Amino acid sequence: MLPEQVEDVLMAQKEDIINKDLAARVFRRGEDSAILRMSESEIQAYKPTDDRRMVVNMGPQHPSTHGVLRLSLEMEGESVLRSKPIIGYLHTGMEKTGEQLSYLQGATNVTRMDYSSPLFSELAFSLATEKLLEIEVPERAVWIRMLMCELNRMSSHLLFQATNGMDIGAVGAMIYGWREREEVLRLLEMITGLRMNHNYIRPGGVAADLPDGWRDDTLRILDNLPDRLDDFDGLFTGQPIWHERLQGVGVINAEECLALGVIGPLLRSTGYAWDLRKDMPYLRYDQVEFDVLVGTYGDCFDRFAIRLNEVRESMRIVQQIVEKMPTGDYRIQDKKITPPPRTRIDESMEALIHHFKIFTEGFKVPAGEVYVAVESPRGELGCYIVSDGGPKPYRMHIRGPSFTNLQVLPHMLQNALVADAVAVISTVDPIMGEVDR
Amino acid sequence: MAEETVSIEEESDLNLSVEDLMYEVPVSRSRGQVVLHPTREQYLETIDKLSDDGFNVCIDITAVDYLEEPERDTPSSIALERFEVVLNLLSHMKKERIRIRVQIPEADPVIPSAFDFFPGTEALEREVFDLFGIEFEGHPDMTRILMPENWNGHPLRKDYDVGEIPVQFKDAPGAG
Repeated sequence: MLPEQVEDVLMAQKEDIINKDLAARVFRRGEDSAILRMSESEIQAYKPTDDRRMVVNMGPQHPSTHGVLRLSLEMEGESVLRSKPIIGYLHTGMEKTGEQLSYLQGATNVTRMDYSSPLFSELAFSLATEKLLEIEVPERAVWIRMLMCELNRMSSHLLFQATNGMDIGAVGAMIYGWREREEVLRLLEMITGLRMNHNYIRPGGVAADLPDGWRDDTLRILDNLPDRLDDFDGLFTGQPIWHERLQGVGVINAEECLALGVIGPLLRSTGYAWDLRKDMPYLRYDQVEFDVLVGTYGDCFDRFAIRLNEVRESMRIVQQIVEKMPTGDYRIQDKKITPPPRTRIDESMEALIHHFKIFTEGFKVPAGEVYVAVESPRGELGCYIVSDGGPKPYRMHIRGPSFTNLQVLPHMLQNALVADAVAVISTVDPIMGEVDR
Repeated sequence: MAEETVSIEEESDLNLSVEDLMYEVPVSRSRGQVVLHPTREQYLETIDKLSDDGFNVCIDITAVDYLEEPERDTPSSIALERFEVVLNLLSHMKKERIRIRVQIPEADPVIPSAFDFFPGTEALEREVFDLFGIEFEGHPDMTRILMPENWNGHPLRKDYDVGEIPVQFKDAPGAG
């Protein structure tokens, strides 16, 4: 088939799924018994009538829950009947905090939400602020942002390989995943100064220009990583034990994902191609070549394989970015938003005042409200900002992909064994910092 | 940046009858993004029309408390209230987003749940209920989600204080 024909077939499939989904609206109330819809106190008091059934709490300290996720499982023997994720253990009111911080400080706040891919929250926040300000950042800043985000996607997916392997019992994966991730984090540290919580992407551009030698270090990672990824393939992808643990476990289909608002690798694992970078391009993703990877069965194995291969796609993008990186400014030269350069402060009173004003009061953003979304390693990460014309957001809301993704857990866990629950939670890959915010 | 504007040619596909009406409710543009302003009564009807029109994913539900800032950018026919529920829909076929903003009065903070159209709103609506105290009628499990069950108040309301812990320095007079 010609590529255009393939596209047509895929498009027709997509349309079919959407129509089916809208007609059937799968999880109608009452038909659905996967969720244990009870409050915490009701769950505590709940005594199943059938004495073979019991309610077991998994977490919040269970090591496979990636932080503090608690699952209440109603079980019959070894199999799960209904379940409910109970969250909020990490809730620190970051959206409320966001209302107290200026737009310049805001990036420091949002970067702490999804701590394994912090640059994406910064990006969404900065893009939303820039949309409110109606400014365009310089070309180089856009490409630096893309570079950083793709590197971050690689580190995040490598972390997934580590934790996923550990949860399933392949401790080797943890060591390998962590080692590769550290290589990427070292590069991020060299560029931003911090391993995590970078506060690097800020409204108006990025915090600093790329340091000398960034190109060599990036290319070194691109040289070394393919062999290491092949190691993952050798250790896991073809192994029968790995297949036994993951294949056919935690199956979900595209209709269910769409109904639950789940997008990202989880939706792509069902065979439904949707990637904001491709379908609604932001930054300059329309100028780089990459493929959107899809799975077939929507099971744990597909989710593992998609994340592993997305690292390869990200490497392809990084390679192109390194080649195409333009020269120019790394942040916008708008005196209202960007502080004056250090040398000007010594010479000019106005520059000093400007500098002082920007850092004490912050810059004012015209009133309005916008929603901007980016494709994070976990799905669509959106930022909704309402501005009242002042230097602080009137309301700042982050749509965290992990938060919505958690809703598929009861559906994936239904009729699964409790041992599979670990694999299911792990391949959904929730980051609790972002879930609870 | 994601292209979220609807160009003039496409608008005619979107049943645009009068200039500032879309899907029979007032419409406005915010930085090029399409925003619909149905009343509470029109809310579910509008969602139904939108989902029939291909808006197949509910991306996000959140709310805003306009206590301190009653003025805002809405069509003049809209009666402003203290709360606003904001719903973001996405169409995969058209590759477009649309936003719905519904005014919710302080005295009666209730809105019908969109659960029957998009089951994925379950957690999102619980979050709005928890943090703003806006109730979603017909939601199957209207309980707190982030805050503890016995918590008083709704933290993201503007009249809910941030709270602070006084810092006591060691050498300050009066310090033990």
